[in-house]
Formats: sequence, C-alpha cells, structure tokens
Amino acid sequence: MPEEIPIALELAKKQREIGVAEFFARNRHLLGFDNKRKALMTTIKEAVDNSLDACEDGNILPEINVEVIDMQNDRFKVIVEDNGPGIVKKQIPHIFARLLYGSKFFKLSQSRGQQGIGISASVLYSQLTTGKPTKIISRISKKHDAHYYELKIDTQKNKPDIIKEEITQWKNDHGTKIELELEGSYLGGSQSIDQYLKQTAIVNPHSTIIYTNPKAEQLIFARATDKLPHKPIEIKPHPYGVELGILITMLKATEARTLQSFLMNEFSRVGAGTAKEICENAALLPNTKPKAINREMAEKLLQGITKTKIISPPTNCISPIGEELLEKGLRKEINAEFYCATTRPPAVYRGNPFVIEAGIAYGGEQNAEDSVRLLRYANRVPLLYQQGACAITKSAVSTVWRNYGLSQSSGALPVGPATIVISINSVWVPFTSESKEAIAHYPEIIKEIKLALQECGRKLSIFIHKKKRIQIEGAKRDYLETYIPHVAEALKDLVGYKQADEEKIKKLLREILEKKRGKLEKIEIENPDYDEDLAKIGKETEEKEKQKTLE
Amino acid sequence: MKNKVLEGIKEKATNVYKKILKKKAPELDLPLRSLSNVKYDEKQGYFEILGKKKERTLTVGTIKTFAQTLRMMDLSKKLIETDDIASKREAYYISKNWKEAMFKQQPDSDAVMDDVEAMLMVNREQLGFIPEEKGGEVAGQLIVIDRDPETKKELKIDCTKFGSGAYSIPISVEHLKFETNAKFILAIETAGMFQRLVKHKYWKEANCILVSMGGVPTRACRRFIRILADAKKIPVYVFTDGDPYGYFNIYRTLKVGSGNAAHINKYFCVPQAKFLGVTPQDIEDYKLPTHPLKDVDIKRAKDAVKNDPFVQHHKEWQRAIKKLVEMKVRAEQQALAKWGLNYVIEKYLPNKLKDSKTWLP
Repeated sequence: MPEEIPIALELAKKQREIGVAEFFARNRHLLGFDNKRKALMTTIKEAVDNSLDACEDGNILPEINVEVIDMQNDRFKVIVEDNGPGIVKKQIPHIFARLLYGSKFFKLSQSRGQQGIGISASVLYSQLTTGKPTKIISRISKKHDAHYYELKIDTQKNKPDIIKEEITQWKNDHGTKIELELEGSYLGGSQSIDQYLKQTAIVNPHSTIIYTNPKAEQLIFARATDKLPHKPIEIKPHPYGVELGILITMLKATEARTLQSFLMNEFSRVGAGTAKEICENAALLPNTKPKAINREMAEKLLQGITKTKIISPPTNCISPIGEELLEKGLRKEINAEFYCATTRPPAVYRGNPFVIEAGIAYGGEQNAEDSVRLLRYANRVPLLYQQGACAITKSAVSTVWRNYGLSQSSGALPVGPATIVISINSVWVPFTSESKEAIAHYPEIIKEIKLALQECGRKLSIFIHKKKRIQIEGAKRDYLETYIPHVAEALKDLVGYKQADEEKIKKLLREILEKKRGKLEKIEIENPDYDEDLAKIGKETEEKEKQKTLE
Repeated sequence: MKNKVLEGIKEKATNVYKKILKKKAPELDLPLRSLSNVKYDEKQGYFEILGKKKERTLTVGTIKTFAQTLRMMDLSKKLIETDDIASKREAYYISKNWKEAMFKQQPDSDAVMDDVEAMLMVNREQLGFIPEEKGGEVAGQLIVIDRDPETKKELKIDCTKFGSGAYSIPISVEHLKFETNAKFILAIETAGMFQRLVKHKYWKEANCILVSMGGVPTRACRRFIRILADAKKIPVYVFTDGDPYGYFNIYRTLKVGSGNAAHINKYFCVPQAKFLGVTPQDIEDYKLPTHPLKDVDIKRAKDAVKNDPFVQHHKEWQRAIKKLVEMKVRAEQQALAKWGLNYVIEKYLPNKLKDSKTWLP
C-alpha cells in the first residue's frame, strides 16, 4: 500500500496570492474592456477624463489633443496630449503602470476619475493585446525637463516595469502625453468615440478638444468659455457614509489621540458636541485611544453614529454643470421647439453629497415615434454604455410621463420627439462597476432624479398643452373655413347679388373669423445656438452603419 | 301668403348679409324648440312657445347648421318661386349636392326644416315641404266633403262605406268640410284595436267616429280631429295603451302639441280631447294582464313629472303616473282580450264612456 500524501498538501502547493493586476488581466470586462470596440473607447475616455481632471486641478483651461491611428489588423495607436500641470518624475511610473494608485480615491471632492484604475488598466490592456509598452511624456514647467518613459506593468507584483526612461525635448511647457497601442475596432454611432468626445465638449465648454480620427479627419471642439468651472472643494467623509472596514482602517491610521478628536478631525460636520453625543450613543468613552478600539467597539461606534443626528455634509464640494449650460448644450445638439433644464438643490446618499441636473429638448426635428433619447452624465463625463442597468434610466422609466404629455408604456422610456439629459454630480459617484458605465440604484439618488425630471416635466407639459391647444385651434379654423363658401353661396341666391360679391363676402367672413378668434399662435424652431456640423458628429456614421448592415 | 313667406326668408337673409358687410359676425336666431321653452295654460289649451332662442353663427359648434339653415331657406325660396313642392325625404336628398354642408341623415335635415319653420312662424307646407307620413284613418258616422283634384267639384266621402277598410286622412286638411250626427270621436292608438272596432261596427252601435292614429298622431291627423271637433262641436276621447308613451307622446301631443313643434302647436292641437283609457286605475279595476315597466318607460315617466308643463299643471296626471311607477307595470289596449275578444266593445268602452270620473284630463 503506497504511502498516502494528504491531498491538502498537494492543493496547498497551488495556492498563492493573486495579484490585483493579474486579477484584472483576467477580468478585463470589469474595467470596460469587454470587446475591441469598447476597449478603444474606454482607453480614450480614461485618458481624456484624466487630462480634464488634471487641468482643472491646476486651474488651467484644458486643451486636449486626441489622435487615433489605424495600424491595420485591428490595431490602433491612441495618443492623448494635454496642457495640464504635468506629473512629477517619480510619480509617472506609478500613475500609469500600477493599478489602484491615485490621488482621487482618498479625497472627497468631485472629479471624473475616482479609483485610480482607469488609465493603468488601459496600459495593462495595451500590453496584453500588443505586448508593447506605453510611452509617456510629462513636464511640470518650463524650468523643468520633460521626462520620457516607456512603461509596462508587472502583473504579478502590480508594480511598474520601466522599459526606458530618459530626458527629452518637448514643445510644451507643461502637460502630459500618453501614447499606447492596442487591439480595438473603430465604429461610429451612439456609443462611438466621436459621440463621447462631442458630449464631453458640450458639458465642458471651457475645454478645447482636437480630435483626429482613424480616417485622418480632424474635428475641433472649440472652447466656448474662458471661465473654468467653480473648483470643487475637498471635504472629509461624512460619518453617515462610513463603513465598518473603512472605520477600522481610519482608526488605525489616525494621528488623533482620543476618540473624540478622531471624530472631530477625520469627519465633516462633527464638532465637539456631536462627537460627545456619538460616544455617548456608542457607550464609549470620548477619551478612548483610537488605536485601542477593537472590532466590537468599532461596531458600537458605527451604531452610535447612526443613532446620532448629524447635519448633512457641506455641498460646496459639488460643481454641477448648471441649468444654463445644460440647456445650451441641448440647443447646440438638437433643433427643437422647446428646451428646459433644472439643477436640484444638493442631497445626500450614504453621507455623500450629490446634485442632480436634468434637461429636456422637445419637438422640432426629433423622431416622434421612437423612445426618447436619454443622455447621461456623471461628473461631466458622458455615460454611453449599460443604459439599461443605470439608476438614471430606472428613474426616467419610473417617472409617469403621461402626466406631462408624452406617451409611455409601463416599464419603458416614454415615446416622443424628445431628448432627456440627466447629470449626477457627486464627490463619489456610485457606479455599479469599475468600468463606470452605470449608476448604482440608491433610493436617494433615484428620488432626486425623479424630482428633477418632474420639474422639467411640468414645464414640458405646459408647452405640450399649449402646442396641442394651437393645433386644435388650427383644426377648428380649418373646419370653420370649410363652411364659408356655403354661407356665401346660399346668401348669393337668397339676397341676389353677383359673383364678384360672393368673393367679397367670403373675404369678409374670413376677416370676421380672424378678428373673432384672434391671431393664431405659431410654434417654430427658433434656435440660433444650433450647430449643424456638431449635431452630425456620431449621427452620420450611425446612419452609414445602418446602411452597411442592411447591405 | 306666399309672398309673405318669401319676404320673411329674404328679410332674414338680408340681415345676415348686412351684418357681414359691417364686418360683424352674422347670426340667425332660432326659437328653441323644446319642452323647456313652452308654457301651458289650460284655458288657451295648448303648449305656447316662449322666447328662448338658439343662435347659429361662425362658431365651431354652429357654423355647419348655420350654413345648412341658409341653404334650406334658399331651397324653400326656390320651391315657392317655382310653385313646386319637395317631400322631407327629397329635401334631404337635395342636400347631397351641398358637399361639406350636406345632411348625413334625414332627422338632421328634418330638424333644420323645423327650425326654418319656427324662425318664420309658418308651417312647412307654406315653405314648400310636405311630409311622407300617412295622416291616420277614419271610419264611422261621418261624411267628409272634399274636392276633386282635377274638376274641383265637391266630393262626398261616406266613412260608413269603407267596409272593413277606412278613409285615409290627406296630408292637407284645411279645405275639408263635414257632415255628421256622431256623439263623439274616439281616437285610437293602435291599428289592431281600430280594426277590431271597425270589424264589429262599433261606430254604428255607439254612434261615433273612429280615428286610428297609428302611434304619435301626425300633424294632419291632429289638425283633422281639431277642425272636425270644432266644426261639429263633438267631444274627443282618446284610447291608448296604459304606458307613459301612450299618455305623453301620443295623448299629450294630440291634446296640447309637443315641445319640438312648439311654434305650430296653436294649429295642431285638440284641447277638447279627454283621456279615456287605459289608465293605471283601469289596470287594477279590469285586472288586466301586464308587462313590467321598461327602463325607458320609467325615465319617460320621471321626465314628464319633472319637465312637462302639461303634467305639472294636472294633479290628476301626476297621481296617475305616480301610481303607474309604483305598480311598475304597463298594459296594452289589447290586454282587454283576456276577458273575451269583444269585451272591449261590450263592457269596457260602454262602462268608461258612462263614467267620466274614470277619465283623465
């Protein structure tokens, strides 16, 4: 009988730590790299989002150059260059070649990126599909050198693998340029790069985006305002938003010596009184040392927080797009008869402040038989994928549009010639996955979106009813006009006048009718902001695509 | 007379024309033809039209009928000028030339015709329009003196000599004269009951004139009974089914006219008529077989109590209708056959005629 080796020993040999980079390499769909088309799109999106964030952090009006070059055989080279503040030399490899490394995860203020995954995931994807390193140039000022790097990610260790590093000549005083090659496919349509850049330009009018597409056509989205958006202020977390794990980590990391000062220093909206009250509700002494608090105590502390009434977090950390800009964006893109937009007052979900904005463009050249078009934004970034899974869509679907003059079957978006835009702005936008395509279904968020939509809906219904009234009046006049010749003709025989008089009587009757019913109002498209060339972007290719599939 | 009607039409049309020239919205004011626009005075004897008007002008609700009314006036003008006539149905078909202003169905054209009648306070024959309906039938102790349409010679028509048939009341009755010794006129709702009475020569036995109204009496029938009763000073008794339709649509229309034709009730009424039966009391007294009142019967009864100035004037009718509604039944004339086919002749009518207390006003 052979000696038995416990199977667990064999199994144990196979077990080892999984690198975070390795994990994402296998689960690329979690980061938005499900297919070739989306991979190309996501890469550009991450790079542009980073550039915009960086420029705004540095108080610089963004000027971003995006270039996509077709390398044949489903390979594309993506170059994104900005005039941002640049990155200090030693940070460059970590930012681009290390997953979950970033500045935005730890601070609570409104920005496009938040986890520190996006761009390094693109680097990883590039490396996986082409084996080539990503090339970076960055410079922080005229006085400093521009640094050139060729980077890969060590997927097992999640550490940068520096292939090449040198000082280089660069035409720009400051900024960052990233160049990577990856497997992808380039298509037009509503989920295209063109569409994404256009929508980005619309809600970021302080930026100039120059885009060269794979057909070597250049599209320039020129800056429309020199005013930077109000800079979001960084805030500390609000006690209501904290989870046990994070609380324990914070307790370990804090420099505060007592529980009371920990609460006061690390959280927003906690003063001495509130801190004492939390301690009391948690049955913990305010002078307990934070490091001495164990798991059970932390749990009690969390319960204490829930029991205590704490005022909402400050909301000046949010920088919404604004009603005016939202409406102007719609006007540029759509030739409609009616526009409206609204910005809700700030609200809070799980301790995170957020602001919902909504706008509607109705009528005009839009198709009346299809579902309305829904444009979604999160922190000024257009969301193009996973519409169905998004809280925004859910809110739009569960709003009763029939009250506002749009037809709607249950569980569906309303039908009508309308475009609805909804934007969520928050220090922490709760996405359903790392690829940041859909908003999670928080009841507070859904409630706010619905309130914003109802506000717009009420304005819309006034317009729709007015339009209907005018249509009905028009139909009534047509009906009345039908009988004018009969009155004139009968009178001709009854009174005995001539043919010429009959025409005169008809004319007089029409005048009397006009006087009696007042002037007929007209609804026309009056939209000087409309930019036909801009509106075509993304659409044109969409139609061509449809034709192609038909052929 | 003809000229007067023509003048009336022209005057109304000219008013419309002048208003248009002054750039004012033209309108036609037409008397409202309904029970809400009549009053009843027993001494006067009929529903008299009051002053309520409806206006037709350049509004969505009225422009079509405004045009149609003018068209109808124009048609009437042409008929009078050419000394021609058109039946109500023919007038309806003529409107088919009016494109958008045509009538979709004859009741619509009839209503506009009645409106023109009411506006000018004339009857439709004066406008050149004639009805299609039969005027009713007569049998019994009466000689009608008519004229031969060709020779204009007097024609004596003996209403006792129609055997099992009857004399048919013409559409126009104004020129008729009568010879009779009859003691009363009996106006009957149904042709079936009329036939029974004719077959058994009830008129001879009772020395009376029988008139079959065949439902709601036509204008000619009402006018015929009226001139006959006036000329010969004989009473008129009415015999209908025991239901709200018989009481109000038939009897009341015969006696005092209708809301719909309020403008001409003065001529087309028989104020001296009395209601013989079948009364609600008869249903009990004669133990008549009944049917349950239909919803429309109940509605008609309630409407009468609420809106009919004639019923509102006569307490007896209010009591009768209340009784009927409480009994929840109706009885037909022919229900008397339960007691034998000739019970109506041998018992019911003689009994009723003897006892005026069993009548209704």
